Amino acid sequence: MPQVPGLIKGLGVTFGEMVKTLKPDSRGGGPVTVDYPHVKEDPAPRARGVIALHEENCTSCMLCSRECPDWCIYIEAHKYLAPPRREGGKPRQKNALDRFDIDYSLCMYCGICVEVCPFDALFWSPEYEYSEPRIADLLHDKSRLGEWMTTVPEFESYEAGSEQKVKKVPS
Amino acid sequence: MTHLFASIDLAYWQQTAIKLLIVTILVPTTALIFGIVFLFKVMSWMQSRKGPQEAGPRGLLQLLADGAKFMQKEDLIPDKADRFVFKTAPIVVLLSTLLLYVVLPASQHLVVEDLDVGIFFALAVSSVSVIGILMAGWSSANKYSLIGAIRAAGQLIAYELPMVLAVVGVVIQAGTLSLNGIVAAQANGAIFGFTALGNPFILTQFIGFFIFMAAVQAELTQPPFDMPVAESELVGGYQVEYSGFRFLFFFLAEFATAFVFAGIAATLFLGGFWIPGVDISSNAYWILGPIVLFTKIMIVAFIIFWVRFTYPRFREDQLQAFAWKWLIPLALVNILVTGILKVVF
Repeated sequence: MPQVPGLIKGLGVTFGEMVKTLKPDSRGGGPVTVDYPHVKEDPAPRARGVIALHEENCTSCMLCSRECPDWCIYIEAHKYLAPPRREGGKPRQKNALDRFDIDYSLCMYCGICVEVCPFDALFWSPEYEYSEPRIADLLHDKSRLGEWMTTVPEFESYEAGSEQKVKKVPS
Repeated sequence: MTHLFASIDLAYWQQTAIKLLIVTILVPTTALIFGIVFLFKVMSWMQSRKGPQEAGPRGLLQLLADGAKFMQKEDLIPDKADRFVFKTAPIVVLLSTLLLYVVLPASQHLVVEDLDVGIFFALAVSSVSVIGILMAGWSSANKYSLIGAIRAAGQLIAYELPMVLAVVGVVIQAGTLSLNGIVAAQANGAIFGFTALGNPFILTQFIGFFIFMAAVQAELTQPPFDMPVAESELVGGYQVEYSGFRFLFFFLAEFATAFVFAGIAATLFLGGFWIPGVDISSNAYWILGPIVLFTKIMIVAFIIFWVRFTYPRFREDQLQAFAWKWLIPLALVNILVTGILKVVF
């Protein structure tokens, strides 16, 4: 009967776990449960909750929209002539963003749009509480996406000794 | 209970009605207690969780809410099912549980029916549930149900034997089949002439206790013996096609049977309603008896559910081999040794 010591050890593990769960928090015990609606859980570092848009960095290049596997990003823009940088120069042609919507009912949180953006206009935010009673309300427009920018954390270094990546947001 | 009503002088049908009422109230109540205490709370603690929190104080009313949910679900019957058999199967399973409660003594007089062959009756009616399970599996017209039911039948018959054989050891030592008599034998027993603690049969019949608990676990089709309802391979075994209150019946039967089997184990091996220090025929047992028995049941049930929450499932061949190659020979040796020692001393 070589299994018997292991079987008894197994019973010990579950019993020990029960004792640990019932011990008060102050003595290193307590359950792992987080009472979610009452207490908010801390998301993991670099958690993918919602995508935030920093509008000033966006050039309406459409890369994110075209790379999106779900085609859930809708961009509309128009061109306009900005005054020249130096005296006597040619007026510059610029893109103005009319519409930037992400439909979170379609989004699969792959993060390709964030990766592909050449001008650092899209960021991951760990916020996850934006469910809606009506599915159409999951379409976040550019002002709503801009509001998420306040929740974007500083970048964490990917591994020990690696160069710190910084959020390139002109202040 | 017979003695209680003898003084009030009720008619036979009145006595029967009261007894029926008591048993039908006991079954859902005990099932609720076990479901909440063990299935919800102890299980979550063993998994570092809190368990239900929102329904009632500390989530204690969660099971009532679940019960209400089951009641309002549609009572579906498959098209090809044998309707009559399908409908009666959960009732047969629950009936076997109800009958088990009849003989469990909560004190010398506080027993629904004090049969001379109490333990024999209990083991006999506990096998009735096999018929109900086979009926459920066969009449569902579903492959998974049928496989589950046949597994259940094979398992329950295989583990019926070690259970009976384990009880035989106790019966030889007590010299009676009556559950009240077995309790009295433990209360009046002595350990090497030391009478204060009586002689709970768990000391002399420890192997019998182990075999009985293993067999009870299998009879209840609880993990690690839950091949018949193995949800990862059979979806839910014989319960697949059941919904609504018929499913609730299976659930009630499972937990109420767990309660009554824990009660029988406590009676056979831990001295039942008797505690050391209070004489067995004392009137205090009218109140003390149920409390002591309930405490002992909770201790035994904790062991049952502790094992349930710890071990993974047996494979079908391991499950049969465990019964036929280990438990039954062990139980036979136990009977032989008990018999010899009974004659010698």
